[in-house]
Amino acid sequence: MKNFLAKINNSKYFDGFMPVLAALSALAIGAVMLLFLGVNPLVAYRAMWVGAFGSSNALAETIVKAVPLLLIGLGICISFRAKVINIGGEGQMIIGALAATAFGLYVPEMPGWLVIAMAMVAGFFGGAFWGAIPGFLKAYFNVNEILSTVMMNAIAVQLMNFFLRGPMIDPNQAELLSKIPQTARLPEAYHLARWLPTRLHAGVIIAVVLAFVVYLLLFHTTLGYRIRAVGFNPDASRYGGIRVRRQVVIALLLSGAFAGLAGAIQIYGLNYRMITDGSPTGFTGSAGFNGIVTALFGGLHPLGAIPASFFFGALLVGANSMQRISQVPSAFVIALNGLVVIFVVSSALWQEARQRKRRIAEVRDDSPPPSEPDQATQDVSV
Amino acid sequence: MSDVQSISFERQRIEHLELKNITKRFPGVLANAHVDFDVRAGEVHALLGENGAGKSTLMKILYGLYHPDEGEIFINGSPVRIASPNDAINLGIGMIHQHFMLVDSLTVAENIALGLPSSRGLLTDLDVVSARTEMLAKKYGLLVDPGAYIWQLAVGQRQRVEILKALYRGADLLILDEPTAVLTPQEVDEFMETIRQMTEEKHSIIFISHKLHEVIAISQRVTVLRNGRRVDSCPTAGCTKHDLARMMVGQEIVMPKLTTPPKRGEVRLELKNVHAQSDRETPALRGVDLQIFSGEIVGLAGVSGNGQAELAQVVTGLRPATQGQVLIEGRDMTGKLPGEIIRCGLAYIPEERMRDGMVQDFNISENIILRDHNKDPYAKRGFLLHRVIAEFTDRLIDLFHIKTPSRETPARNLSGGNIQKVVLARELSRQPRIIVAAQPSRGLDIGATEYVHNSLLEQREKGAAILLISEDLDEILALSDRVAVVYEGRIMGILDNKDAERERVGLLMAGVHPD
Ligand SMILES: Nc1ncnc2c1ncn2[C@@H]1O[C@H](COP(=O)(O)OP(=O)(O)OP(=O)(O)O)[C@@H](O)[C@H]1O
Ligand SMILES: [Mg+2]
Repeated sequence: MKNFLAKINNSKYFDGFMPVLAALSALAIGAVMLLFLGVNPLVAYRAMWVGAFGSSNALAETIVKAVPLLLIGLGICISFRAKVINIGGEGQMIIGALAATAFGLYVPEMPGWLVIAMAMVAGFFGGAFWGAIPGFLKAYFNVNEILSTVMMNAIAVQLMNFFLRGPMIDPNQAELLSKIPQTARLPEAYHLARWLPTRLHAGVIIAVVLAFVVYLLLFHTTLGYRIRAVGFNPDASRYGGIRVRRQVVIALLLSGAFAGLAGAIQIYGLNYRMITDGSPTGFTGSAGFNGIVTALFGGLHPLGAIPASFFFGALLVGANSMQRISQVPSAFVIALNGLVVIFVVSSALWQEARQRKRRIAEVRDDSPPPSEPDQATQDVSV
Repeated sequence: MSDVQSISFERQRIEHLELKNITKRFPGVLANAHVDFDVRAGEVHALLGENGAGKSTLMKILYGLYHPDEGEIFINGSPVRIASPNDAINLGIGMIHQHFMLVDSLTVAENIALGLPSSRGLLTDLDVVSARTEMLAKKYGLLVDPGAYIWQLAVGQRQRVEILKALYRGADLLILDEPTAVLTPQEVDEFMETIRQMTEEKHSIIFISHKLHEVIAISQRVTVLRNGRRVDSCPTAGCTKHDLARMMVGQEIVMPKLTTPPKRGEVRLELKNVHAQSDRETPALRGVDLQIFSGEIVGLAGVSGNGQAELAQVVTGLRPATQGQVLIEGRDMTGKLPGEIIRCGLAYIPEERMRDGMVQDFNISENIILRDHNKDPYAKRGFLLHRVIAEFTDRLIDLFHIKTPSRETPARNLSGGNIQKVVLARELSRQPRIIVAAQPSRGLDIGATEYVHNSLLEQREKGAAILLISEDLDEILALSDRVAVVYEGRIMGILDNKDAERERVGLLMAGVHPD
């Protein structure tokens, strides 16, 4: 028995199941917490299941939630492959949304499809710009990207608040005393197609198509090759003539671009206007962070991110309806969400440690000492 | 499990260790097939075999890093279970990998103490460790300063620390996997002395090397593996290099030598008064002047650490020159990016090939295109042409006899020598105009070494300008049209092949002008 367990534990396939196991363990702990709260976990989790998958509307909501997670997760797949940690999804998403909204509101009238397409591009570039700044700082000034992306988040929120209260405020609101910080509504013609009566919008198609595009990018293009090479071994990449710093910038830029696109799609598919409650999550719903977890859950593979985002969308939507139906405190839903995040992230770290251990166990007779460069301070000098 | 000797008991010294009927399979490879091997106290048993024959695998099984699919290990006649390196250490087995597992930022004593319980509980006992280390060091002639930091030490000294670390943990049996590959000839002599010392103290030694003269000089017995199987074991006394080579490869091998005069063409690579710093920011090159012509091999001889590594890096654009110029075919390429220099047709076989020459997590195909991944046959309009790459990789695997289950195998799963072959295959197949080859035959078996030497000569015939950096003076003298000797970052002298006698080169290497 012990041998059998050890064998499972040592197999590489086990790694693939680990995120799933992690998520299940989180739910199990959640069940214990529910018992303490005096709620029957079976009832609560049933409510969750029904809330996420119970009706076509529930399913649609789950998918709607999954779209930004998938898009941001795709960006994370790219940056993590280059060993660049992008915590700036929130800010990039906000800037992308701002750019796309501004485009729709202030550009002279054009055919709807054209505006949508160009607004998506605007969102893409907005996020790209916001991602490129920390990328540039990391590559050329060795500024830790974890810190800089988090700071860029704070700046993006303030920018959003400023624009929605001032220059971009809805003209109607400007006249009212309430002055709700929101933009005007985008004209009907600019909305992404919807499957009525649900809120499911065409953004899901864009996201899934892009998952395949990112797959091609990472594994079938020279750019993807360079990004992966730099992530695996910057020294050998430099030797191979790859400009390491440039790939670092590109990786963060692309990562930001996908978050920016997520922001644009959120506006054109769902909200039709931008509105702020002053906090970042008011607009993003923490998609910038949940997208990281999604990517890790999908094994940093763009195609793996598709089911992963669906799972997280279901979790978020289901937890909400569980709260409504079974009267658990809203703090529990937040705690459950946090548990899943912690479990999945630590399982990803554990997985990495196991891989490293396996690798050490497989030391070639002349492999270098297993120096694992600190990712944050990793030297990316060209 | 009751018949298994418990390792927590007071253990006996290893008098006789046996591996019996060991079989180990990896996906697509039979690495060891029913191998028997044994070693006695006070004996050096050498393990020979071509690249990928299964030597390292067998030793990793003994050290608990791999688990055999079949077979058993006996110590002094009773079976033991070695599930991890920890078990191995507790049984008195130590292993020295070719590259070391030391923490650079710690001192020698700290590295030795690492992972051991302190005699003072929660407080460190580094003074005790230092004292014991010094004692051991004296006994075995492994002189190092326990207070020195690892990063300050040369490769040979680091190896001593590794050995001390094993001895400190009470190893009776030491596994040395290609220990001499990274050592300078002087260091090898000292190392041999240490091994003799250890066998006198009744330690058992398993010694792996591709250098047959070392095997003959130090071992009492040899075992030869081929394709994972044991070919033969015999006493070393009475064996000649030729006998061993024949056992290993199954045929005679004649090391190639320069025979034709060089067809010298134009200057392809020129260094003018090049200065550069080492990683520690001390001057490493202090005014190097060197010209290499088309169609010749220039050997760069010198005691390691005199600027050879830095010279190669400056030429290939990986290290900036602080002063002076590097000209490639007359064009000033100083300070250009590595990519631009690659485009001039420069091939580079780096010394630190695991770090610089390979992406371990990439498969062989991906490593083959490392230098040209965005160029014509491999990529079109930004897309990789996987089919072309695959065909090309298969050709190279064939041509260079790279032993691997498939082109999809990650580089880290190849044997040490086969990794080197991948680098060679990539660099030499690029039709280079200039080749910088640093330690090109390090870690290769004799067959592969012959192949590499022939390839270099062939490239010379084709008109490439070749800079051969090697610590193996025999290799340099056999292949070089001219021998340049480097000492403390300067070229001490350049000798023509016919004037390059061993003594003269040796004097120059020591920084002495013979006249
Ligand atoms: N972890 C692994 N996974 C898959 N295959 C492996 C692994 N380790 C070794 N092999 C394969 O087993 C065979 C034997 O490898 P091993 O490292 O034992 O060779 P070796 O005799 O030490 O060669 P060298 O002289 O080149 O170091 C090789 O074909 C190698 O590709
Ligand atoms: Mg080996």
